[in-house]
Amino acid sequence: MEPEKKILSHTISVLVDNESGVLARVIGLFSGRGYNIESLTVAEVDPAGHRSRITVVTSGTAMVIEQIKAQLSRLVPIHRVSDLTQEGPHVARELALVKVAAAGDKRVESLRIADIFRARVVDSTIHSFVFEITGTTDKVNAFVNLMQPLGLVDVSRTGVAAISRGPEPM
Amino acid sequence: MTEMRMSGAELLLKALVDQGVDTVFGYPGGAVLPIYDALFKQNAIRHVLVRHEQGAVHAAEGYARSTGKPGVVLVTSGPGATNAVTGLTDALMDSIPIVCLTGQVATHLIGNDAFQECDTTGITRPCTKHNWLVKSTEDLARTVHEAFYVATNGRPGPVVIDLPKDVQINQGSYTPPGDVRHKTYRPRVDGDDRQIAEAVRLLAHAKRPIFYTGGGIINSGPRAVAALREFARITGVPVTSTLMGLGAYPASDRQWLGMLGMHGMYEANWAMHDCDVMFALGSRFDDRVTGAIALFSPGSKKVHVDIDPSSINKNVAVEIGIVGDAGRIIEAMIAEWKKQGYQIDKAANDEWWRQIDQWRAKNCLAYYKSDKIIKPQYALERLHALTAGRKTYISTEVGQHQMWAAQFMRFDDPNRWMTSGGLGTMGYGLPAAIGCQLGNPDALVIDIAGEASILMNIQELGTACQYRLPVKVFILNNEYMGMVRQWQELLHGGRYSESYSDALPDFVKLAEAFHCVGMRVTDPGDLDRTIKEMIAIDRPVVVDCIVDKAENCYPMVPSGAAHNQMILGDGAGVAAKIEDNGLALV
Ligand SMILES: Cc1ncc(C[n+]2csc(CCOP(=O)(O)OP(=O)(O)O)c2C)c(N)n1
Ligand SMILES: [Mg+2]
Repeated sequence: MEPEKKILSHTISVLVDNESGVLARVIGLFSGRGYNIESLTVAEVDPAGHRSRITVVTSGTAMVIEQIKAQLSRLVPIHRVSDLTQEGPHVARELALVKVAAAGDKRVESLRIADIFRARVVDSTIHSFVFEITGTTDKVNAFVNLMQPLGLVDVSRTGVAAISRGPEPM
Repeated sequence: MTEMRMSGAELLLKALVDQGVDTVFGYPGGAVLPIYDALFKQNAIRHVLVRHEQGAVHAAEGYARSTGKPGVVLVTSGPGATNAVTGLTDALMDSIPIVCLTGQVATHLIGNDAFQECDTTGITRPCTKHNWLVKSTEDLARTVHEAFYVATNGRPGPVVIDLPKDVQINQGSYTPPGDVRHKTYRPRVDGDDRQIAEAVRLLAHAKRPIFYTGGGIINSGPRAVAALREFARITGVPVTSTLMGLGAYPASDRQWLGMLGMHGMYEANWAMHDCDVMFALGSRFDDRVTGAIALFSPGSKKVHVDIDPSSINKNVAVEIGIVGDAGRIIEAMIAEWKKQGYQIDKAANDEWWRQIDQWRAKNCLAYYKSDKIIKPQYALERLHALTAGRKTYISTEVGQHQMWAAQFMRFDDPNRWMTSGGLGTMGYGLPAAIGCQLGNPDALVIDIAGEASILMNIQELGTACQYRLPVKVFILNNEYMGMVRQWQELLHGGRYSESYSDALPDFVKLAEAFHCVGMRVTDPGDLDRTIKEMIAIDRPVVVDCIVDKAENCYPMVPSGAAHNQMILGDGAGVAAKIEDNGLALV
């Protein structure tokens, strides 16, 4: 494939003013211009400064990724846009709650796998477990896939939160 | 000191006055009655009552584009706001600074499907640069100042301030403009010095350079216009421009190649295709300009100057993308050119101009003349000749007449040309002419119209009449949605599906019904007399100029084709065939 056509996945952090409609602006930008959202998380990170941080995992050609960042930057209530994938090493984590309903061997096997993945049991009944797992998207995917044949009934995922390595702020 | 307490409506007007606003285009309704009451009690701001809210926004655009000041709009909630949406989208596409104030139901009713409630900020989010819902009277004045700042700084655009009725009525305190500094929005205006130096070096070594300028030069203001002219003069580079940028460079100058793009000049498009260094200055590589992207100017190195970082590398990848204000950057480029003592490469320059002159010799605007029927091109040639010595402003509707106007009305000055470029909004021209005339009371303002487009906002003749605005509507009446007919002829086997303008009104009587003057001309021999009469009448005039129904607008870069695959009219050359893949493109 020509290099400029290659589809890349990027994790982008966006620091925004926590004002009404700001998330709608960001999401509207992605849907209106046909960009992908693979995952999007948002929460207030600076209550005193009324700032929220949005982490979005998106994919596209290098030119599209550059467009996405430029388009985000020109939204009025945005403080900063940073492309973690491009700017250097970063940590990205996702949390998932995974409900498995099983009995007998399958129930035991689900616990064993949870142990390997260092997932915690946060709810249990005679018929079910809810596991909490934290990790990269790949790790969470792997865990969910393994639970599939063991009685997976429900999954809730937070989407990716990410931050750069080292002492510098965003 | 006790601070001044006022109602929200009064705070709003005070903030507008402090922003230098003298004219507001609007239409009243229940949700803005407190503002209308406050307007009634003052004289600092003139309110211009339009006949449709779309007209208010286009009028504000015409005012803004011709004066360089932001346009201000005031409409009611619900249908008032939704009617403004086309105008807002138009202003967004063409980067026109507009502050639109919308009424909203009282804060406690928001979300209840109250009478004339709509989610104005939701509806207008994608068609504004930014919008605000003001929830407290205390925030009102500050929000207005912020709105003017956002509308006019960086890449200009429309903004909406949604004002619930209780916020207009409640008391609050005033914040003067000086206190506002934007916490997040601070667009970059100065270009990067290293990039500027690199770009100018590229230009100094170019053999076939071109300046491709756009509306950004006009938006940037008189300094950018002056800088562009000087830069072209000292470098000898040929200049072409987009539809939006006409007038920034004088059409009467020898270095002017004319407009480029789909209906641009043969010499401009060929020069774009064959150039080795392209300076895109305040232009955005729109698809009407580039034609087929893959075939666009294949051999050139490209420098792109734009205030909006998202314009750079959006459609066309460039070697050097410089973010900042076009005027400042061109000034810096001139300084760099002089500092380095760069000289025009005389031999290469002569050779480039010899080539350009060959393209020019095609005489791409040539058409068959007639003494039986009025050719639309002839009508505009005469209109241009008979208005040339005056301070003339031209607006247009959308269609063939718009493209002919761009080709035949030759502009030597900026801010004289108002047309809906990005959105292509039929119905733009008449309200825009009205706004322009309000901002330029002594000028001759002409809307060059099509018989179909003019009907989209014809009601604004009432506004022209009420405010004694002597705007002229010059209809090139070809009894067709001519541009649609042309595409159907060229791309759809001549099946003229629904493009005939049937059951047209009698435009002369229609004008008279609005207390305007109506005139009709059908004979080429009467054309000059009619135009002179139109100009002489100090009232709104509608001229129904009956033109050749079958005329097509050329040159044309068919969709899907490259600049060097232009079709010329029969008057100039042989028509080529449009490829089938062009069908899917608009
Ligand atoms: C609001 C709107 N609706 C539809 C169109 C599509 N359109 C583009 S040009 C055109 C025909 C315009 O006809 P007329 O005003 O008579 O101009 P002419 O092309 O004949 O000069 C149409 C329908 C448009 N640009 N705007
Ligand atoms: Mg027509």
